[in-house]
Amino acid sequence: MRSILEVEGLTKRLGDFALDGVSFALPDNCITGFIGVNGAGKTSTIKLLLGLMRADAGDIRFLGEDICKREREFKNQIGVVWDDGYFYPELTLLEMKDVVAAAYSEWDESQFRKLLERFGLQGKQRIGTLSKGMRMKYAIALAMSHRARLLVMDEPTSGLDPQVRKELLDLLLAYVAEGNSVFVSTHITSDLDKIADYLVLIDQGKVVWEEEKDRLLDTHRIIKGGAEELTPEVRSMFLTLDESSYGFTGLTAQREKVCRHLRNAQVERPSVEDIMLGYIGRSRI
Amino acid sequence: MRIVISNTSDQPIYQQIKDQIKQAILQGELDEGTALPSIRALANDLHVSVLTTRRVYDELESEGFIVTRAGKGSFVAQGNRELLLESKRRMVEVKLAEAWDTARMLGITRQELFAMMELLFEEEEG
Repeated sequence: MRSILEVEGLTKRLGDFALDGVSFALPDNCITGFIGVNGAGKTSTIKLLLGLMRADAGDIRFLGEDICKREREFKNQIGVVWDDGYFYPELTLLEMKDVVAAAYSEWDESQFRKLLERFGLQGKQRIGTLSKGMRMKYAIALAMSHRARLLVMDEPTSGLDPQVRKELLDLLLAYVAEGNSVFVSTHITSDLDKIADYLVLIDQGKVVWEEEKDRLLDTHRIIKGGAEELTPEVRSMFLTLDESSYGFTGLTAQREKVCRHLRNAQVERPSVEDIMLGYIGRSRI
Repeated sequence: MRIVISNTSDQPIYQQIKDQIKQAILQGELDEGTALPSIRALANDLHVSVLTTRRVYDELESEGFIVTRAGKGSFVAQGNRELLLESKRRMVEVKLAEAWDTARMLGITRQELFAMMELLFEEEEG
């Protein structure tokens, strides 16, 4: 399948931290979740993607072409939503919009007005008086008003109440249904259980894996059983194990093998978070 | 059409969806020529990845159950239902013949074999 954005060997040293050969490809027309704990390298990677920092090494291609070569044109096609907006609090929504719109050659004013109305935002209100949820909606209205084909969002749902989060997720689903793509970084993986098509896991500056969400959920299982069944051989089939004096709970990517050894084990499907923690726990040991 | 994704099933998600659409077509619940939802609409409704629904449609198409027309969407294939049913029926005959062979080898009588079949029906109805 076609990729909207490909990243290859992205490397950047930032003090004690480094992005180390980050590579992944975002499938077109999909919502891709960029997951990892705080400090794993999500925001740094996004800054490199958007040209806000220069990489020491590596390539970024948008629709198959080097992103640096046609920077101005591609800038229109990528919409960005930051977690705290970078807005001037003393400006009104319309004044701030004028500042942002000037940076895009494909600004679509009628689309912007439609989104403001849909979100119940007043153009004359000052940005400083917006609630966190309203600010997020305003940022999305701006990002969706210059004919972007790819929306990049950094931690958009953190700090939002459940109802606003639900609205945001529905909005993203409607946006991809129109043929667009979304790249969303988050550590709130329960949102991704619902909407993501594809996932990229980053930890300590390296991509651990990239995979279709449903395949991950299909190939991993949470197994629960009695402590006496945990022979060294069985133990080695688990990515993580939580043990107590009553039994164990573990994550495995070798469901069939485990089930052959443990006849009485209880088997459950994991969540994205269970899987994420399984791999991060492993790399830290 | 009813599609239920089981959290306890060992079957992959795409397989569960594919089997249920197939069943709806074979049982005539989805008529020939019926438009299927877009892969994105189906994915959103079932809370699965669009990559999964795409795989479902790709496989249903290669097995002759549906056709996809560029820009128009996917439809239940015309005139294939009878053929598909026939091939399923043929599969049942082959499996029955196998069971019959084994029964003969073990000296299981005609009455016993019928009784086994009866039992299966009773279990289903029970």
